Amino acid sequence: MEFAEHLIRWFHVLSGVMWIGLLWYLNFVQVPTMPKIPDELKPAVGKHIAPAVLFWFRWSAASTVLFGLILAWMEGYIGEALSIGLNGASSPETVLLGIAMWFGLIMAFNVWFVIWPNQKVALGLIEVSDDTLKPKSARKAMLFSRTNTLLSIPMLYGMVAYQNPPF
Amino acid sequence: MKNPLESLHKTVALGVVMTVLMVIVAIAIGS
Repeated sequence: MEFAEHLIRWFHVLSGVMWIGLLWYLNFVQVPTMPKIPDELKPAVGKHIAPAVLFWFRWSAASTVLFGLILAWMEGYIGEALSIGLNGASSPETVLLGIAMWFGLIMAFNVWFVIWPNQKVALGLIEVSDDTLKPKSARKAMLFSRTNTLLSIPMLYGMVAYQNPPF
Repeated sequence: MKNPLESLHKTVALGVVMTVLMVIVAIAIGS
């Protein structure tokens, strides 16, 4: 069992690095750089780079959550952590982990049910009857992606602090 | 008023503030 947990944790970390790495690429590199790219080159990003980023982004988000939940179940703290210590006594680091797990779940929900559907419209991957929807969808996707960047900071802190508590 | 999430710097600053609040909550709730 311990070796299986060890492997699942590795898969969880590999997936998580890809997910948050791509999230930070989008927020720290692609979005701020787009206005500086000449117009004739912009389709290269919108039609080729962004769809590839979003493919790995959403599937790495799904596998991070899947392996994370399996790991928490195997380690026996899934209920205690997700209840954030409200159903009995929990250590501060378990509370930190629980908050971090909820942030991760909210972020994965945002990826699959807000960012990806809106990016499909914004990038023209699906047909829409009203062209004014594109900028609205792009803005909504950007703001939820920023929300995930915001949540990624305490989320990663909570994950690390559980292994190496500050108290 | 502009949404603070439109600025990357404000997003990161809010993330750090949220981390500090999270630690305070964990110390308050945890035993």
